[in-house]
Amino acid sequence: MNRLSADNVTLAYDQRVIAEQLSVQIPDRSFTVIVGPNACGKSTLLRALSRMLKPSQGRVLLDGQAIQSLPAKQVARTLGLLPQSSVAPDGITVGDLVGRGRYPHQGILRQWSAEDERVVREAMEQTGVAELAGRYVDELSGGQRQRVWIAMALAQQTPLLLLDEPTTYLDIQHQIDVLDLCAELHEEQGRTLVAVLHDLNHAARYATHLIALRGGKVIAEGAPNDIVTAELVEEVFNLRCQVIEDPETGTPLVVPAARRARGRGAGRPAAVTEAS
Amino acid sequence: MKTTRAPRTTSPGSDGFAAARAPRTARAVRVPGGLSFRVDVRAFTVVVLLVVAALAASVVLIGTGDFPIPAADVLKTLVGQGNRGQDFIIRELRLPRVLVGLLVGACLGLGGALFQSVSRNPLGSPDVLGLSQGASAGALVVIVLFSGGATAVTLGALAGGLVTGLAIYFLAWKQGVHGYRLVLVGIGVNAIVTAVNGYLITKADFVDAARAVVWMTGSLNGRDWTQVWPLLVLFLVLLPVVAGNARGLRMLEMGDDVSYALGVRVERVRLLLMGSAVLLTAAATAAAGPVAFVALTAPQLARRLTRSPGPNLAASTCMGAALLVAADLASQRAFGADQLPVGVVTGVLGGIYLLWLLVVERRKGRV
Repeated sequence: MNRLSADNVTLAYDQRVIAEQLSVQIPDRSFTVIVGPNACGKSTLLRALSRMLKPSQGRVLLDGQAIQSLPAKQVARTLGLLPQSSVAPDGITVGDLVGRGRYPHQGILRQWSAEDERVVREAMEQTGVAELAGRYVDELSGGQRQRVWIAMALAQQTPLLLLDEPTTYLDIQHQIDVLDLCAELHEEQGRTLVAVLHDLNHAARYATHLIALRGGKVIAEGAPNDIVTAELVEEVFNLRCQVIEDPETGTPLVVPAARRARGRGAGRPAAVTEAS
Repeated sequence: MKTTRAPRTTSPGSDGFAAARAPRTARAVRVPGGLSFRVDVRAFTVVVLLVVAALAASVVLIGTGDFPIPAADVLKTLVGQGNRGQDFIIRELRLPRVLVGLLVGACLGLGGALFQSVSRNPLGSPDVLGLSQGASAGALVVIVLFSGGATAVTLGALAGGLVTGLAIYFLAWKQGVHGYRLVLVGIGVNAIVTAVNGYLITKADFVDAARAVVWMTGSLNGRDWTQVWPLLVLFLVLLPVVAGNARGLRMLEMGDDVSYALGVRVERVRLLLMGSAVLLTAAATAAAGPVAFVALTAPQLARRLTRSPGPNLAASTCMGAALLVAADLASQRAFGADQLPVGVVTGVLGGIYLLWLLVVERRKGRV
C-alpha cells in the first residue's frame, strides 16, 4: 500500500466544487507529476494531499490514516510542501530561512541542535546555495531563490515532498535546473516527489508516474511512455499534436500541430470532420 | 554521483560555509541533555542595553519632581535603606507611577509587535487598528454616561478594548485572518469608534468632558499600586502564552502555506497571539489611557536596532518600556511635574518618527 493517497475525495472552495469522488495513489519512491489544463484542479489536489484543504467528502490517507486526524508536526515530519507563492521575511538571510525548515523537528527546549545545523548545511550543499548562506534572500535572483526554498523544504527531511509549480516564473535554464535537482533528490535519496507542472514535455521527461487531470477527473495515469499519446493530449488539453520520441531521453515529446493543420477557431471541429 | 547538469559553484567542504556565515551573529547554545537554543548576539545585546536604559531612566524619573531626590538616595531607598520621608515619597507615590509606566510601555511594545507581525504590516499596530480608540470608548461611556469612578473607568476601558478586538477579529475572518484584511477592517473600526468618541464628548457636561479629554491623552499622573498589580499579573500570565507561540509566529511571517506545511497550527497561533495582544493593549490603555504611538514605534525601532527578521518580541517589549519612561522623564524635566501628560510627548515623538520613516523608506524606494 502506498504511503499517500486520496480516497474518493470531493474538493471544494466554499460552494464551488473542483473535483468529485477523486481517487489517486501516489506510488512510493516515484516522481509523480500532475498535469492538466488550467482550472482542472491540479493545484487543489496538491493542497488536499498536503492537508491544506480539507476534503468535503472522502479522505486523504497518509500511512493508512486520515491526514486531518494526525498531529500537525507529525505530518510535517513526513510530508513537505513547497507552495506556489511564499514570502521571505524582510532582511532574512539564506541560512536563516533554510534553518526554518527544521521547525517540525524542534521544540521549545530543543531549538537548535547540532543535528539541525548539520541537516541545514547538507540541504544547502545539495541545492548549491551553501555559499549564499550569509546573503539576504531578497538580493537573490529568481532561480537562486527557488533553490533556497527547495533547500528549506529539504531541511524538513520529509520522505514525501510536494511541489506546486516549482518552475513558474523561472527562465528555461533555471526551469531545467530546478527539475534536474528534483530528479536528483528522487533518484539519489529515494524521496517520493509530487509536482504540479505546466509544461507537458517537462512532465513527460522527468516524471516516473504521470497523472493527467481534466475537470477534476483523472483521465489517465501511469508511466509517461505508456500513457502520453496524441489522443490523450487532445482529450486532456484539447490540442492536436504529434507525439515523437525525445532525442535526448527517449521519453514522449509533444509537438503541437501547426496552426494551419489545427484549423482556425470555431471552424476547427467542422474542418476535422471534413478531413476525415 | 551521477550528474548531467553543469557543475554548481558550491564551495567544497565546510570552510566555505563557515566563512559565508561569518556575518551572522547567531550563536548556538547547547546544554548536555539535549537542550539547545539559538541566541542572536546582537538582539540579546540590544535587549540588555534597553533594560539598562529603562531602569536607569526609571531611577532618574523617581528622583524627579517637586521634591528632587538624588539617584544614589533613590537606589538606597529601593533596597530599603532610605530615610522615612524619602521612603514615603518613593514607595507610595513615585515608584508605583514609574512601575505603571514600565508595564504600560512593555505591554504596548509587546502588543504592537504581535499585531504588526500577525498582520505582516508595520502599520498594523493597535493604535491604527482602533483598539486604543475602542478602549477609550469604553472609558468615555463610563465617564460621560455614568460619571463612574476610577475603577469603573478602568474596567470600562478594558471592556471597550476587548469588544473592539473581538469585533475586528470576526469582521476580518474569512477562512482565517489575513494581513491586509485585518489592517483595512481595523482602520474602518477605528474610524467608527473615533466618531462614537467624538459624539460622547459632545454629549458630556463640562466637568466630565474635561475629565474625558485628560484621560484620552494618556497619562501616568496619579497612578498608584492599584494600577500596578492587575497589570503585572496580566503581563506575567500572558508572557508564557506568548513565549510558547513565538516560534510559530516567526514561521507565520513566511506566509500561511509555508507555515502550515511546516506543521504550525496557523489559526490557533494567530488567535492566541491576537487575543494576548488585545488583552495587553486593553490593559495598558485601561491603566494609563491611550498613550499614543508606543505600540506603533517600539517594534519598528527594536527591529532596526536588532537588524533581525522576525517579530523581535523581547526587544520590542523592552523598547516600549524604555520609550514610555524616557518620554515621561522628558516631559517632567522640560515642563515640570505632572504638567504635560506622557501621551502628548509620545504622540509628538511618534509622529516625527513616522514621518522620518516614510521619508527614509521612500528614498530607499520601499514605500
